[in-house]
Amino acid sequence: MRRASSALGFAALASAVAFPLLATQVTWQNTAILMLMTAQMGVAWNILGGYAGQVSLGHAAFFGAGAYVSTLLTIKLGISPWLGMGAGAVVAAGLGVLIGWPCFRLKGHYFAMATIAVGEIVQTVVNGSELLGGAVGFTLPMAETGFWGFVFNRSKLPYYYIALGLLLATVLVNWLVNRSHVGYYLRAIKDEPDAARSLGVSLTRYKMIAMVLSAGLTAMGGTLYAQKELFIDPGSTLSTSLSIKIALVAILGGAGTLWGPVLGAVVLTAIEEASRIAFGGTGRGTDLVVYGLLLVLIAVFQPAGIAGFFQKHAPRAVPPPEPEGEFP
Amino acid sequence: MSAPLLEVEGLTKRFGGLTANEDVSFTLREGEIMGLIGPNGAGKTTVFNSLAGFFPPTSGTIRLDGALVGGLPPEAIAARGVARTFQIVRIFRSMTVLENVMVGAMLHHRAVPAAATIALDTLRFTGLERRAHDPAGQLTVAEQKRLELTRALATEPRLLLLDEVMAGLTASEIQEAVELVKRIRARGIACVVVEHVMEGIMPIADRMLVLENGRKIAEGPPAAIAADPVVIRAYLGEGYIASGH
Repeated sequence: MRRASSALGFAALASAVAFPLLATQVTWQNTAILMLMTAQMGVAWNILGGYAGQVSLGHAAFFGAGAYVSTLLTIKLGISPWLGMGAGAVVAAGLGVLIGWPCFRLKGHYFAMATIAVGEIVQTVVNGSELLGGAVGFTLPMAETGFWGFVFNRSKLPYYYIALGLLLATVLVNWLVNRSHVGYYLRAIKDEPDAARSLGVSLTRYKMIAMVLSAGLTAMGGTLYAQKELFIDPGSTLSTSLSIKIALVAILGGAGTLWGPVLGAVVLTAIEEASRIAFGGTGRGTDLVVYGLLLVLIAVFQPAGIAGFFQKHAPRAVPPPEPEGEFP
Repeated sequence: MSAPLLEVEGLTKRFGGLTANEDVSFTLREGEIMGLIGPNGAGKTTVFNSLAGFFPPTSGTIRLDGALVGGLPPEAIAARGVARTFQIVRIFRSMTVLENVMVGAMLHHRAVPAAATIALDTLRFTGLERRAHDPAGQLTVAEQKRLELTRALATEPRLLLLDEVMAGLTASEIQEAVELVKRIRARGIACVVVEHVMEGIMPIADRMLVLENGRKIAEGPPAAIAADPVVIRAYLGEGYIASGH
């Protein structure tokens, strides 16, 4: 079983590496890059929303932090986006701690609602701030091309491999968390927070660890997005629909599983591209219809996500959402 | 006589206008088993929750090894060697039996392989090892209660709080549970046992503490408690004694 799955993983990795060399059409490569970037967001979200069970619907705030911090550092100070990526991750992690401090006291759905509010606040602040580009956003100069400048205009290939590398790094972080005591503690917190506390697990500390990792990695995806598009504005990097998409990728594929979010990203991106072709580029909003429909279908028929089809002991139905703890 | 492990002095817990515990005091020595009994609603579980850090006491003190612990959060109290089970089982259902116990073992052994070794040892001690790799949700109720006990033991506690671990068990399962608690005491672990099952608690308790309406009404060896008219009245009502039984 283990040998079969590692063989499968190796095959998937090999085909991911080979894909853009075989599919040389730019549209194919673009879709593939989109899939990798979407998967990376879902895998990053999964640490907090999947393993720790803290469903965030405000992750666009972290994605935007990554995009805006690196962009501002590049435009205003001429700092390489690679360094900006690190700075964005740090800023997002700090933002995560600020959000987590009050919001981790909230239980279940209330936490999710609070994160929507935080996402909206960040969006509103950026929209109203001239320093942060307001509603217009920023266009990144194509001046410094090449690796250090993180701008590639001749071929999509560098973006593809950077996205693949970032995804693999994010999966690696997930894997390490899952194998360590932190992963056990996060799952314990998700299942029975009071029992976890009675065994010495500090809920705040471990939720915060999950938040910092999840926010930081999401921000790195935001920097990659900014460098690939060379344009950011609140609508593309901070919107609530982006937050929902990030969560949906993981939930669709299987929250709390290592590869579920990757599967979710492949399926979701394929559906989005298909609906874009079917309804045309003018159909802004069809993506939201698709998200809504998928959420309903998952909730009713397959709460464990796509990964649940491959698991032996997948939960059969939605476990009744117990009120998180009878204790204050 | 060794210094007491646990000293509870004047413990009072109010929820708004409701007084769940009032002026409850007792001590517990290392390796001692105390049975905590009383009619439904007497405040037994509230005492537990105060001891385990889930409720900060309204007033009164709780000392562990002489240090004040009343009001500390559960995770801090667990780190000081107090483990508990829950009246309604709270096992980690997405995990296997072994993983459940590993979470307990990780309190003092963060490395996963070390935690797994200790968890397996503890499962062997409680007789659940053949279920180690089954999903926890597939256990029977009796096994789930035993799993909670195993998980608590894996934290290597000095004081174990057992909340109705025998409720709903068959006669032979109760017998097994009694034997297990005796073996736990043999390890030098003190226990406070809340129990309605009298044939489960009477043979193992060194001392019994009886609560009624949140107050301590009696304390003493099991035989004396069983014969105490105050206790009999609390359980069976005034008429039972008056009618000459």
